[in-house]
Amino acid sequence: MGGTSSIPRWADIVLLPLLNLILAFLISGLVVLMIGENPLMAYYAIFYGAFGSGDGLGYTLYYATNFVFTGLAVAIAAHAGLFNIGAEGQAYVAGLGAILVALALDQTSVFLVVPLAILGAAAFGGMWAAIPGWLQAKRGSHIVITTIMFNFIASAAMIYVLNRFLKPAGSNGLESRVLDQTAWMPQLRLFMPGFGFSPVNLSIVLALLLLVGFYILVWHTKFGFALRTMGKNPLASRYAGMSNVKLIVITMAISGGLAGMMAINQVLGLNHRLVENFVAGAGFVGIAVALMGRNHPVGIALAALLFGVLYQGGSEMQFVMPNVNKEVVSVVQALVILFTGAMEGLFRPSLERLFAGWGGSGKAEAIARTTAGSES
Amino acid sequence: MQRPSGAAAANPPAIELKGINKHFGPVHANRDIDLVVERGTVHGIVGENGAGKSTLMSILYGFYTADSGDILVNGLVQKITDSRHALGLGIGMVHQHFMLVDNFTVLENVILGAEGRFRIAPALHKARAALKALAAEYKLDVDPDAIIEEISVGQQQRVEILKALYRGADILILDEPTGVLTPEEADDLFRVLRTLREQGKTVILITHKLREIMAITDNVSVMRQGAMVRTLKTADTSPGELAELMVGRRVLLQVEKQPSLPGKPMLEVKKLTVNDDRKVARVKDISLTVRAGEIVGIAGVAGNGQSELLECIAGMRDPVSGEIRLAGDKISLRGDDGGRKARLAGLAHVPEDRQRMGLVTSFEAWENSILGYEYTEQFGRGPFLDIKAARAHAEERIKTFDVRPPNPRLKTANFSGGNQQKIVLARELGQDPDVLIVGQPTRGVDIGAIEFIHKQIIAMRDAGKAILLVSVELDEIRSLSDRILVMFDGRIVGEADPAKATENELGLMMAGIAATGGETR
Repeated sequence: MGGTSSIPRWADIVLLPLLNLILAFLISGLVVLMIGENPLMAYYAIFYGAFGSGDGLGYTLYYATNFVFTGLAVAIAAHAGLFNIGAEGQAYVAGLGAILVALALDQTSVFLVVPLAILGAAAFGGMWAAIPGWLQAKRGSHIVITTIMFNFIASAAMIYVLNRFLKPAGSNGLESRVLDQTAWMPQLRLFMPGFGFSPVNLSIVLALLLLVGFYILVWHTKFGFALRTMGKNPLASRYAGMSNVKLIVITMAISGGLAGMMAINQVLGLNHRLVENFVAGAGFVGIAVALMGRNHPVGIALAALLFGVLYQGGSEMQFVMPNVNKEVVSVVQALVILFTGAMEGLFRPSLERLFAGWGGSGKAEAIARTTAGSES
Repeated sequence: MQRPSGAAAANPPAIELKGINKHFGPVHANRDIDLVVERGTVHGIVGENGAGKSTLMSILYGFYTADSGDILVNGLVQKITDSRHALGLGIGMVHQHFMLVDNFTVLENVILGAEGRFRIAPALHKARAALKALAAEYKLDVDPDAIIEEISVGQQQRVEILKALYRGADILILDEPTGVLTPEEADDLFRVLRTLREQGKTVILITHKLREIMAITDNVSVMRQGAMVRTLKTADTSPGELAELMVGRRVLLQVEKQPSLPGKPMLEVKKLTVNDDRKVARVKDISLTVRAGEIVGIAGVAGNGQSELLECIAGMRDPVSGEIRLAGDKISLRGDDGGRKARLAGLAHVPEDRQRMGLVTSFEAWENSILGYEYTEQFGRGPFLDIKAARAHAEERIKTFDVRPPNPRLKTANFSGGNQQKIVLARELGQDPDVLIVGQPTRGVDIGAIEFIHKQIIAMRDAGKAILLVSVELDEIRSLSDRILVMFDGRIVGEADPAKATENELGLMMAGIAATGGETR
């Protein structure tokens, strides 16, 4: 008994994140005020830094591309009821898959290197995620623990590989040799000079394709149906005879593969070599992106764009405002993650009460509202 | 034995509710409820699921606050704010699902929440003496040092009652108290309730079993769709009248069916042993046969291995040993995709707990109407899901099984229990299986829907399907089955003819006391 009190879907998807965002910016504004700067100026600096120039926009889109990949990675696992917080390590290891292919073939052709590097990254990232998946499915080792542990293992192992095998003789930095130009992911500025010197590259097309592919996979395939069944009720998927072990391992492999695409954007698109710790937190931002985007491709695209803006606009803000340093930018980003990610339900009870208060329109309509299009 | 229930005016009723209203969002769960419960009576409250019984009792017990209306306890208006407050007023509640700590002793559970100061020994000491007195007064014998998980369910219930009495409860609310009891334990409970009444306590009994209402209550109130329909003297009414008041129309309480015409064996289980998740054997060397066109019912108290037996036959649980044959062919359902293997072999499964297992409640109805069959070509070629075909299928199923509201896009959680069960049945019967295994088909289902579901199961039988039925409702087993097997402690301890066996005989078998002939077949 007791009505399944809920709020309309549009409010859940638009209003709730918006309220969280506004709150995050208000509190960020207080922080900026405390260090003696004008918050309105800070907001303007972020916005202008992110969109005000071709370079800025290019960087914003570049970062957003990273976050789409890691956001999708977290989201696909979330649909299966798995909390993959190892996108960071999976993207890192995927970088190895990408660079090995690219190093081996960078004298051939971009049409050969890039697709094979994508496969290499997907395979390495997928494998790195599938192992915790298998441990969860077969041994019951909790995936939250194992994936985060695998981040550390990845970090240590990659340093070893870089140092031992990939570092060119005589070089000091922990990085591989620079790839031949044929292995570079073509940057958009080659066709659209307006993007200035920004690194946004064709990976963004891959991101858009994967957003669409994600939607089809989750809502329009039998695999997606099984995935969602297990995510909502693992006993029901067992009852239905979907193999949960297979589902978990495959889902995690897909998740890791998606995270691995971030390495294509960065390694082939920007650095053109493998750099130590190139992921630099993008895997963790993916968690916030997936949470804020409600695990839906449209939401993920928007959330990824938001974090792209914060990354790009935040670093621009440092140049414009003398008192604002890197740490303050981190604080602003952290507040956004805190309010949109970790505390995304903050306004839910009050919203529910608000909408329940309008309940005079009758039960049928309320039900229709809460249920309409929860698949779309 | 009828005690004078209408006491003098100077003696106010134990409970009086006036104009209670409660909304949950747009749902009007209680509308203008008036109720008078006389002191020293057993007062039954009946109604279908969702009629508002539990909400009303939760208001009385302080879980919810009414939107409007007055609660009078012993003639005084009270604002009951929480359960502690309710207890202070002498109102105690025995929940359907016991609120006991399994690895504590009886005594420790009784003082739970009333431990007193830092040291626990004085409280235990005091409680031991009090418990002894209570046990003597109300004939509620329980060993105070027994561990909860080691005593029977009936005993656990006594502990719940003792807990309430120890806290000074004068008015006891029991929510579906017999759901988990054997008939014998239920009789015991009724004896206890009569003693309580004789000692002047007031008992409110929430149940959907009309037989219990007739057996034990003095007065009965019927609720329907959040409203109080009527309050009657039990002596002046009949189960038929109560059922009609509950549902709002005439109901058949007895299933009509022709004698069965069993064909060849369709489902054969041989020497099957199954463990539970903790690797404890729950099904022990069971053999049974279900033939085409018959319903074999397995009677037993919950927790005697029926669940594990069903899950094993349905491919959800690997057997330790033994074999399963379908239409004569040995099949293996091992692995965690056993459920699909079973369906491919023509075996459909209506699980005991639809919400835990048979449905994804956050899915829309159409999604649940293909669950387990989504991989078949009828719902899309290759890897793709044909949503249109699935929705059309759901629409047809919903119409055939009269699921209400008939909306395949509605979230499953928003259907009532009975309609959820219809969604499961419609799905499983709809694929034309040879063998159907059904667990608790009408648990938590309204009387009106029970009638419909029973008819569908009989229709499946008449269509020549082999049906294995497990239910803890003895009435259901007796009215549907063509043969009854009684399960106790993982074994089949007897077979009975539903036409001849009395409830008493079956009850004794279910309690593992008497076993008739025809051990394992």
